[in-house]
Amino acid sequence: MKRSINLWNSLDKTSVILFLLLVIMGWFNIYAAVYNEEHTRIFDLSQRYGKQFIWILAAIVTGIFALIIDNRFYFFFAWFIYGFLMLLLALVLVFGTEINGAKSWFEFSWFSLQPSEFAKFGTALALAGYLNTRRHDLTRWKVIIPASAIILFPALLTALQPDMGSTIVFIALFLVLFREGMSPYVFVSGMLAIILFFLTLLVNNFYLSIALVVLALLLIWFATRRWKIALGGGIIITIITAIFYLINHYVIQSIDNEIILLTAVLLSGLLVSWYIYVKKAIAVFVIFLFLLGSLVFVNSVDYGFNHVLPDHQRDRINILLGIKSDPHGTGYNVNQSIISIGSGGLTGKGYLQGTQTKFKFVPKQSSDFIFCTIGEEWGFLGSFVVIGSYLFLLLRLIFLAERQRSVFSRVYGYGVVSILFIHVFINIGMAIGIVPVIGIPLPFFSYGGSSLWGFTLLLFVFLRLDASRNEYLV
Amino acid sequence: MKDPFINRKYIVMALVITGFLALIIRLFVIQIVKDTYRLSADNNVLRYVTQYPARGLIYDRNGKLIVSNQAAYDIMVIPSQTSVIDTAEFCALLDITKDIFRKQMRTAINYSRRAPSVFLKQISDANYARFQEKMFLYPGFYVQPRTLRKYSRPVAAHILGYVSEVDEGLIKKNPYYKSGDYIGKSGIEEAYESELRGQKGVKIFMVDVFSRIKGSYADGSMDTVAVQGEDIISSINIDLQEYGELLMKNKRGSIVAIEPSSGEVLSLVSAPDYDPGLLVGRIRSENFARLQSDTALQPLFNRALMASYPPGSTFKPVNGLIGLQEGVITEDTKFGCDQGYLFVGCHLHSSPLNLPQAVANSCNSYFCQTYRRVLENKKYGSVEEAYIHWKSYLNQFGFGSRLGTDFVNELAGFIPPASYYDRFHGKNRWKALTVISLAIGQGEIGTTPLQMANMTAAIANRGFYYTPHIVKAVGHEGKIDPKFTLKHTINIDTAHFESVILGMEGAVGGMAGATARVAAIKGIAVCGKTGTAQNPHGKDHSVFIAFAPKDDPKIAIAVYVENAGFGATYAAPVASLMIEKYLRDSISNKAMEQRILELNLEENIKEDETEHKPVE
Repeated sequence: MKRSINLWNSLDKTSVILFLLLVIMGWFNIYAAVYNEEHTRIFDLSQRYGKQFIWILAAIVTGIFALIIDNRFYFFFAWFIYGFLMLLLALVLVFGTEINGAKSWFEFSWFSLQPSEFAKFGTALALAGYLNTRRHDLTRWKVIIPASAIILFPALLTALQPDMGSTIVFIALFLVLFREGMSPYVFVSGMLAIILFFLTLLVNNFYLSIALVVLALLLIWFATRRWKIALGGGIIITIITAIFYLINHYVIQSIDNEIILLTAVLLSGLLVSWYIYVKKAIAVFVIFLFLLGSLVFVNSVDYGFNHVLPDHQRDRINILLGIKSDPHGTGYNVNQSIISIGSGGLTGKGYLQGTQTKFKFVPKQSSDFIFCTIGEEWGFLGSFVVIGSYLFLLLRLIFLAERQRSVFSRVYGYGVVSILFIHVFINIGMAIGIVPVIGIPLPFFSYGGSSLWGFTLLLFVFLRLDASRNEYLV
Repeated sequence: MKDPFINRKYIVMALVITGFLALIIRLFVIQIVKDTYRLSADNNVLRYVTQYPARGLIYDRNGKLIVSNQAAYDIMVIPSQTSVIDTAEFCALLDITKDIFRKQMRTAINYSRRAPSVFLKQISDANYARFQEKMFLYPGFYVQPRTLRKYSRPVAAHILGYVSEVDEGLIKKNPYYKSGDYIGKSGIEEAYESELRGQKGVKIFMVDVFSRIKGSYADGSMDTVAVQGEDIISSINIDLQEYGELLMKNKRGSIVAIEPSSGEVLSLVSAPDYDPGLLVGRIRSENFARLQSDTALQPLFNRALMASYPPGSTFKPVNGLIGLQEGVITEDTKFGCDQGYLFVGCHLHSSPLNLPQAVANSCNSYFCQTYRRVLENKKYGSVEEAYIHWKSYLNQFGFGSRLGTDFVNELAGFIPPASYYDRFHGKNRWKALTVISLAIGQGEIGTTPLQMANMTAAIANRGFYYTPHIVKAVGHEGKIDPKFTLKHTINIDTAHFESVILGMEGAVGGMAGATARVAAIKGIAVCGKTGTAQNPHGKDHSVFIAFAPKDDPKIAIAVYVENAGFGATYAAPVASLMIEKYLRDSISNKAMEQRILELNLEENIKEDETEHKPVE
C-alpha cells in the first residue's frame, strides 16, 4: 500500500483542518439558529442540526472517496462528468420541483438533490480539461470563445430555473480565464459595465446619456489635443438632437429622449466617419464606439431591468440601491439580518443567546442567512475569525494551485478558489447589506446536504490532484 | 514551460483580500461603530407588559368603606394567533351576536395583527367563569383582568368623582398615562389622583417573531413591581351624607356641613345628583352622555361648589360683626324699625331692637343703619376707603376668592371691588346708600354654599377657620396637606362673636320674634340664621345657616333649597334634621322629617321654567 501512504503524506493537512473547522463551526451555528428548548440534543435527527450531522458524516465519506480515487480519473472523465451534470441541469428544468419560485431541485421520496451544486464542480473540471488540452492560449478568441461557452452553458441553464445565485457563481469562473491569460480589458470592460449598470438604475437615463456624450467629447479632446474636433462633434450632436426632439415633440410624441440622443449620436458618427477614415483617427473611432456601446448598454439595461427581470429580483436590487425602502416587505430579511449582526457588537451576545436568531426574526437562518447567527452570537470577533478562516483557506488554495505542475490541476484549483470566493463574498455580503439578496449558501456552513457534498467534492478532488502534483497525468 | 501570466496570481489574491476586507470593514461599521442595531434588536424582542396597581380605596371618617375595587375581565385577542373556531359556540359563550364578533375582529385586525387589542370589554362574572373553562379552545384569545370602582352605597357621587379612560390629549401631555389607562375625574378621584393611582410596574418579556411570549427578560431583574395606590380616609360621614341626599330628593339645592374645629367637610350634598355606580364599566359612556345631556336637572353640576347665590339675610351676622369690630355699634346699640329703612322694607316686629334681637328677628333696618355707619365711618376719608375696609373683612371670612379646598372645581364667588361701583357711578360718586342692599346680603354679592358653611364654621369658632377639606388623611399613616392645618384667624374680637351668636341662638331658640324656631332641637343649643336668596328667575331660594351645639360646636351647616321661598320654610328644617342626625343619630321630630321627605319641589321648578322660558 505504498500509494495510500504517499497520499497521506502528500495531502495538504492545512486545508483539511480548515475544512473540518468550518464544517464544525457551521454545525454548531445551525444548532443555535434552529435551537429550541424542546429539542436540545444536538444529535436529534428530527431537527436540522441532527440531519446536518448526518450530512457531515456523509460529506467526510465523500471526501475520503474523492481522495481514494485515482487522480487520472478526474482528468479522463472531466468531460463525461461535465456532460452528465449538464444533462441533470437540463432535466431539472423539466422534472424538477418548484421551490420558492425556482425549479432547482429533484425531489425523491426520501431526499432531494440540487444538481447545480454539483454542476459547479463539473464545470471547473471541464474548464481545466479544455484549457489543458488546448495549450491554454487565452489570448486568442479561438480559445476564449469555447472556454466561455463551457462557463456560460450552465450559467444559462441555471438562469432558466431561475437561480440567479448559481448563474453568478458560474460567471465568477471567468476569473480563472483571467488568471490563465485572458485580456484584462475584457475584465475591465466587465467592471465598467457593472458600474454603468448601477448608474442606469440610480440616475435619470437621459442625463446619464448626456453625461456619457460629454465624457466622450472630453476624451476625444484629450486624445487629439484639438478642442475644435470635440467642440464640432458636440455641436453636430446637439443640432441633430434638437431637430429630432422638435420632430418628436410636435409629430410623433412617443419616443424617449434618450433614444433620440442615441440616434443622434449614431447619425453624427456616420457624418464624421469620412473624417475619421481620411485622418486615420483611430482614437476618435474607439472612443466613439465606446460611447455608442455605453448608450446602447444603458438603454438595454433599463429595458431589461424594467421589462425582463422578474419582479422579486428587481425589488431586491431596488432595495439594495436604496431606491425602494420597504422594511416589512422584500427588505425585511436584509433589515432583520443587519439588525441581528449589528446587535452582536464586539463580542456578541453569547452562544445560544441571540434574541434575533432564537426568536426567528430572520428567515432562512440555518441556510442562506446563517451568518446572522455568527454575527449576533459571536460578534465582530467571531465574524472576523470566520472570514479569516475563509481567507486563509482561499490563499492556501491559491498557493496550492500555483504549485501544480499540470495546467489541468492549476486551472481546476483556481476554479475552486473562484467558486468558494464568490459564495462567501455574496453570502456574507447580502447578510450585511452590501450585495443584493441572492440565495446562495455559505460554503461548509449552511444547512443542506447538496451544497455541503458539492463543496466537499470540489475541495477534495483538488486536494487529491494536489497530492499527486508530482505525478504526470498522462 | 514558463507561465507568462504567473504574476496574475497576485491580482487574484488582491481581489480575494479586497473583497474580504470590504466585508470586514462593513462588519466593523455595523457591529462596532453604530449602536442603533442593538436597540432595534431589543425593540424586536422585548415586550413591556404594564402591571396595573390596584387603585386606593376610599373610607369615610369612621372607617366605613365607601369606594372599593371590583375585578372586571376584558377579553383580549391577538388576531395573528387565532385559528378557525366555532364562531357560533364562541358567541354563545360570551352572549354576543355574530355581527358583534365580526365587527370586533375587524377592529382588532385593523389595529394590529400581532399586538393584543381589546375584543370585549368588561364581561360579566358568569361569562368570565364559562369562558375561562373553554379558553383553550380559542387560541389567540385571553382574559385581561382590570379593576373597576365599586361603591358601597349609591351616594356621594359629587364628592367622590369618577374614574374614566384617559383621552389622547392627556396622554400627549403626561407620559405616565398610556392608552387604556384610567384616571380620576372630578372629586376626590381627581384631586388625589396621584395618591390613589399608585405606581405602575412593568414586566419585561421576550417574544418571538410571532409575538409569542418566550419567557421573562434577564430573569425578571429589570422588572419593576406595581405599587398599590394609597387609601384615602375621607372626612365625610357617609351616614350623614346618605341622609342629606335623602332629604334633598326631588329638590334642588345643596347642603354643606363642616366640623368647625378642623374644617373637615362632614357632608356635601348637591341635588339633583346621580348614583356613582352609573359611571362604572361598560355602561359608563352611555350613562355619562345621558347625565351630561340632561340640561333640565344638570345632575353633574355640583351646586355646593359651583353655584353662586346672593347670601341674603344669612349675611347679617357678618355685617353685625364688622359693625362691632369697627366700633360703630355695640351689642346694646338699638335702632328703630318702621317696617323698613328708606327704600328697604322689613317685616313687622317689635322695635327698637339691639344687635342680638336684630339677628334673631332678621331686621333689615338694623343692618342697613349699621352698614351705613360702617361706610360713613369718619375714621376713613371716604366711603370708598371704608368699603375697601369692609371688603377686607369679607375676604378674611373666605368670600370673594377660592377657599383653596381639595375640591378641584370650586367657584370663587364675587364680592365687588370698589372699582366695580366706580365704573357704574363714577369715582367718589357713590355713597353708602348706593350699595345699601349689601347690608342684607343682596345685590351684586355672590357666595357659594361651601363659603357660607365656612363662614358659619368661623362664627362657631368665634373668629377662625380651617380651610374646608374633604380628605381627613391620605394613607393609613394619616398624611394630610399642611395647608389644611393652618389656622385662618379673622381680625374680629371673640367677644363680638358672642353677641352675634346670642342672636343666632335666639333665632332658633325662641327669642321674641325668632325667625327659625322650626330648627330647634330639644336639648341641643342650635344657633342659626335664616336667609332668602333673591332669584330673578322665579321663586326665591330658601337658605339657612346653623351650627350646634352653641358651646363647643361639632357641626356648622349651610343649606340651600332652590325655589322654596323663605329660609325658615324648608332650609331650616333640613339643617335641623341634619344636625340632629349627626349629633344624635336619631330624629325626634318625625313629622317634620316626613314633611321634608315627601316634599317635591320639582313641580315648582317646572312652573318656574315655563314661566321663564327664554324667548326664541
